[in-house]
Amino acid sequence: MKMKLKKTKNYEEIIIKLIMYASTITVFLALACIIYTITAQGLKALSWGMISKLPSGGFYIGKEGGILNAIVGSVYIVGASTIIGLIISIPIVFYLNIYLRKNSKLAYASRLSFDVLFGIPSIVYGAFGFILMVFLGIRASLLGGIITITLLIIPIFVRSIDEIAREFPHDIIDASYSLGATKFETMKVVIRQLSPGIATATLLSVGRAIGDAAAVMFTAGYTDQIPYSLAQPAATLPLAVFFQLSSPIEEVRARAYAAALILTLIVLIFSLSGRLIMNNFSNNKLK
Amino acid sequence: MLFLTILSIVLVLIMGIGLYMKSSPIITANSLCKLLSGTSWSPIRGQFGFFPFIIGTIWVTGLAIIFALPISFFTASYLTEYAKPFIKRFVFPTLDILAAIPSVVYGVWGTLVIVPLISKKIAPFFTSFSAGYTVLAGGIVLAIMILPLLISLLLEIFSSVSADLRETSLSLGATKWQTAKYVVCRKTMPGIVASVVLSISRALGETIAVLMVCGNRVIIPHSVLDSCYPLPALIANNYGEMLSMPLYEAALMFAALILFIVVLLFNLASRMIIYKLEKENQ
Repeated sequence: MKMKLKKTKNYEEIIIKLIMYASTITVFLALACIIYTITAQGLKALSWGMISKLPSGGFYIGKEGGILNAIVGSVYIVGASTIIGLIISIPIVFYLNIYLRKNSKLAYASRLSFDVLFGIPSIVYGAFGFILMVFLGIRASLLGGIITITLLIIPIFVRSIDEIAREFPHDIIDASYSLGATKFETMKVVIRQLSPGIATATLLSVGRAIGDAAAVMFTAGYTDQIPYSLAQPAATLPLAVFFQLSSPIEEVRARAYAAALILTLIVLIFSLSGRLIMNNFSNNKLK
Repeated sequence: MLFLTILSIVLVLIMGIGLYMKSSPIITANSLCKLLSGTSWSPIRGQFGFFPFIIGTIWVTGLAIIFALPISFFTASYLTEYAKPFIKRFVFPTLDILAAIPSVVYGVWGTLVIVPLISKKIAPFFTSFSAGYTVLAGGIVLAIMILPLLISLLLEIFSSVSADLRETSLSLGATKWQTAKYVVCRKTMPGIVASVVLSISRALGETIAVLMVCGNRVIIPHSVLDSCYPLPALIANNYGEMLSMPLYEAALMFAALILFIVVLLFNLASRMIIYKLEKENQ
């Protein structure tokens, strides 16, 4: 009886171990399959003309040109949102971590609401952005896209920067105070220590924001041109993929594949470099 | 700074109120019960039944969790109980990248790989014809999309169990799996539930990828090989026409409101559980 029990538990161990290997490998395989598919399709379509020309011949049917409109549109929207988002998020994180006490109710409520905001689907942000735009009297435009993506990106920023700031050793803050520094001066010390972490958080968050399609769908519109004012509609990379993929014309679909590859590359670069900075940062982090 | 912090808390409320205001015309025109359980969808005739969309959302999300939960659970326990550090060095960037890949790229992958796979290989065994744009396709794509979130949540929760407990169990002669099953799992049950709820709420709101692979026909799916039309896809697909018809805009905003409320409740509940666990472990 005892032997038998021992045996079953060892068999169970082996079987479970195999299942675990299989699960972990599935995760790797899924990523490999996605990257392979996107790269294989995208490389066929990618050329210098693709990233340096505007599409021409009409939306959805035009065979000529590339996806410059979407690249520039995405850079405008995400660039502006990142700057505005950081200006709003960094003070919030500092307020949560330096001004408020560890077990303050406000900090709890605020973190909870940022977690909730982080979980709200981007399509709801899109709908909300649309309501805001109607309220303010703006049409689908670059400005609308920037407002919506800013709303979307703030919770991502706050959560990821807060995660780094919470690990920050409180001794340094105390040391700064004991030297007679004000809260604001202490903040400067903290900022210097945290800047690599903030850089990582920014890269990862921007990578997420640039790929978001559902939020800009209502609010930024779509166009074949490069917007030259805030009131004009702007194309974005994810929407360039989404709209052109369903076209019956081969050349238009090629643009979608190229856009998907570029989007994936951008996200890969952001994500990997973010992790690289993080690793270097944690090597010489003050303990 | 205080102002900004409070503003962000208020933003949740503003979003809810804004969506409610915009969808109130349709709630007053039809009863809430009729909207949620009605099955006919015909904006021109003013019929707005959300039931097919709600069922479609539940099918796709449910299937995604059924696929994703075992994979995530075993991967996370492998990484916490068994894996050597060098394996973790490969897995974490992989999860990062999976989490970072935009949903539209998942959609492209789904239409290029999963949809043909279903219509050519899987569906012929069960039905005469399927275009491949099905609940199953949506479930698979969504499952992979929520894998990174679920795995990293579970990892965090599993690794919060103290080494003492593990070592006690191992020293009593339990195998690593028995330790994982009887000690780690039992200790972290609330956390596991919270992570699953959180992943469900992520899957519920996923729009573009699902929109691209689910078929988008207004029917109540009866099997995983039927197409379906989840709520987020409904909103995204019809935003262009919504201003042209009375009540249509209100109907789409109502769809967004449903999503908002469900996701809000799920998130609040699961985050509070996770916070409590974190506090206990400190």
